[in-house]
Amino acid sequence: MALTGLEIFKLLPKTNCKKCGRATCLAFAMQLAQKKAELKDCPDVSDEAKSILGEASAPPIKLVSVGVGDKQVKIGEENVLFRHDEKFYNPTGVAITLSDDLDDDAFNERLNKINNLKFTRVGTEIEVDLIALLNKSGDASKFADRAKQVSENTHLSLILESKSADNMKAAVEICSDKRPLIYGANTENWEAMASIAKDKSCPMTISASTLEELADLSEKVKGVGVADIVLNLVSESTKEILQGLTKIRRAALKKAFRQLGYPALTYMPDCEPAQEVVSAGIFIAKYAGIVVVNACEPWQIMPLLTIRQNIFTDPQKPVQVEPKLYEVGQVNENSPVLFTTNFSLTYYTVEGEVEASRVPAYILAVGTDGTSVLTAYSGDKLNEDVIAKAMADTKIEEKVKHRKIIIPGLVAILSAKIQEKTKWETLVGPKEASGLPTFLKNTWN
Amino acid sequence: MEIANIVDKCPGTVKEVIIGATKDEGGTRGKSITVGGSNCIPFMDFDGSPGHKPAIAMDVYDIPPEEWPEPLMKHYADVVDNPANWAKKCVEFGADLICLKLDGIHPDKKNISASETVSTVKSILEAVDIPLIIWGCENDERDNEILPKVSEATKGERCLIGSVTQDNYKTITAVCLADGHNLITQAPVDINIGKQINILVADLGFPTDRIVMFQTTGALGYGIEYCYSIHERARIAALSGDRQMSFPIICDVGHEAWRSKESKARDDEVPQWGSFADRGKMWEAITATTLMQSGVDIIRMNHPEAVSIVKKHIENLT
Repeated sequence: MALTGLEIFKLLPKTNCKKCGRATCLAFAMQLAQKKAELKDCPDVSDEAKSILGEASAPPIKLVSVGVGDKQVKIGEENVLFRHDEKFYNPTGVAITLSDDLDDDAFNERLNKINNLKFTRVGTEIEVDLIALLNKSGDASKFADRAKQVSENTHLSLILESKSADNMKAAVEICSDKRPLIYGANTENWEAMASIAKDKSCPMTISASTLEELADLSEKVKGVGVADIVLNLVSESTKEILQGLTKIRRAALKKAFRQLGYPALTYMPDCEPAQEVVSAGIFIAKYAGIVVVNACEPWQIMPLLTIRQNIFTDPQKPVQVEPKLYEVGQVNENSPVLFTTNFSLTYYTVEGEVEASRVPAYILAVGTDGTSVLTAYSGDKLNEDVIAKAMADTKIEEKVKHRKIIIPGLVAILSAKIQEKTKWETLVGPKEASGLPTFLKNTWN
Repeated sequence: MEIANIVDKCPGTVKEVIIGATKDEGGTRGKSITVGGSNCIPFMDFDGSPGHKPAIAMDVYDIPPEEWPEPLMKHYADVVDNPANWAKKCVEFGADLICLKLDGIHPDKKNISASETVSTVKSILEAVDIPLIIWGCENDERDNEILPKVSEATKGERCLIGSVTQDNYKTITAVCLADGHNLITQAPVDINIGKQINILVADLGFPTDRIVMFQTTGALGYGIEYCYSIHERARIAALSGDRQMSFPIICDVGHEAWRSKESKARDDEVPQWGSFADRGKMWEAITATTLMQSGVDIIRMNHPEAVSIVKKHIENLT
């Protein structure tokens, strides 16, 4: 839990020596409390104060990273229970299982399928993050061979799952440079697992079926020198896991309960497919650092990646596209011209429908600070002047021969004013983007 | 090791609203459905009472839907022009409530008359015995003309009727008050307008245990995060004791999910998205289950398998 300025002051030398650059120790303490100063600025601080303050200034949920390079997965370090209070920072890692006991063809096919689980949404590529290799064979050399095969054939980060420390050791040896997540430590085998994690500087999970056991285990594992810990509450009940994730998050944030101040991983190995997917979806919304699923069909994974993208957007900041003229398809001087706002959700919905219509068209994204059509209109950010200026700035009159502009049905009321201001003929489009394909095919021609 | 005590007792409780009236209660329903009653964050029953389970309302339209993709339409193809038979099918599919959506009364659609609408409503009440939601077409003039007739014709059935907005609430609120129905108050993803409309209808003397809030709905990938956070803020306000927010919430998942590109695009258009037959129902189910985490009490849905998935999920959480 964060200390107050006065609590910090009590731990300082109280000499007012000014070596830290502040007038008094109290002023320095206040700045420390606000995180505007760093303790190392004080040359005379005691070791005791260092350890207390160091501990207190650590984030309530530790940041843990899995993997290396571009696709490194960072989880934890969250500050709030509800996204509207600030935002959720580190998107949940989505992991797909792959069993080491599949025959070669099936193994390669599934590996390939997982590697290709990527989609484009609102201009951003979204994809799965991790492959969870399961040691179903129970065999050490098989597990190690498969770990090698996966690490050589994927750009994704790796989770290695085995309850046998010997098998784990064999597999980690092969791919420790990829910094895999060691998944399988429990109350029985934790010492051996922790020693592998420590030797190879890899993050590790700890698994238990109660939060009390998890807290005990995290203390023990931390005690032997492993810092990057991921909590795994073992249960086949969606409710138990959801409540566990909430209790972990609350304990860490509201009570500064260090033993549970780590990100959490969920996995329900025997869950039926549809329930597995919807459960993973709510775990993404409520506090999982990594969700591991057996599901690997695009129609199961795309919604999970979408919910992650949605929940982890910054609620204070509308996502925007650059306000400019966009070309969809092979446009020419006869192509229709539409305008909408630069709120990315609005823009990409329109773009998607124009694409679907297969009618090449220009879309003018009018800058409205990333607000939607109606919001921009009611806030006077979308009016005939703004639209005329956007048309002039983008030199649309040089791109097309005709002088017709399609306006969003929701602002039909602006039709006459735009016509007067720009001397372009206005065509009132549909209220919903979904009506665009029909509109473009029928009305435009 | 003992875990820090993280129980969060809340001072406020969401009001309970009863939809549908049985014979003993002056209606004709087989049973009524009660929603609301929660005084904890959704499904955190270690904090307090989670109240009643979310109820599933399945949509019936007064005209055949124009743009339903085949994986959804195939379940209703034989009943889309007969609302009573359509409602029967929804009961078979496990609906807790029927939501009759009166799209056809809109002047741009079929401009269906009040008398025809009343006979449609009556045919549904005769065909099924679960409670009824009746929802206008969002054209104020037509809603104000038709909904009073419908309200009168269903007097005593304790339907849930809507929606009213801050710009158009007086007529519909007055008839629902007179005929004993519940009311849906609508606001455009806005807490303050939401409060405002609740205050306006309460000022007309409408009982606060008959209000259900609607903040409009965005599907997964289409603004769900905005409604998620609005619902969450409304629910937290209710739990903190804010009386203007302490009403059950309804959301419109089916209609929104099924007009998304992810539900509509055929296999040949987007082969990389996987099975067209399975995609839409999953989109609908996840939209529903995600919104349940934000605190919703009635979920409007369409696809029978999505309904089964969501109902099973609700069982798993309660």
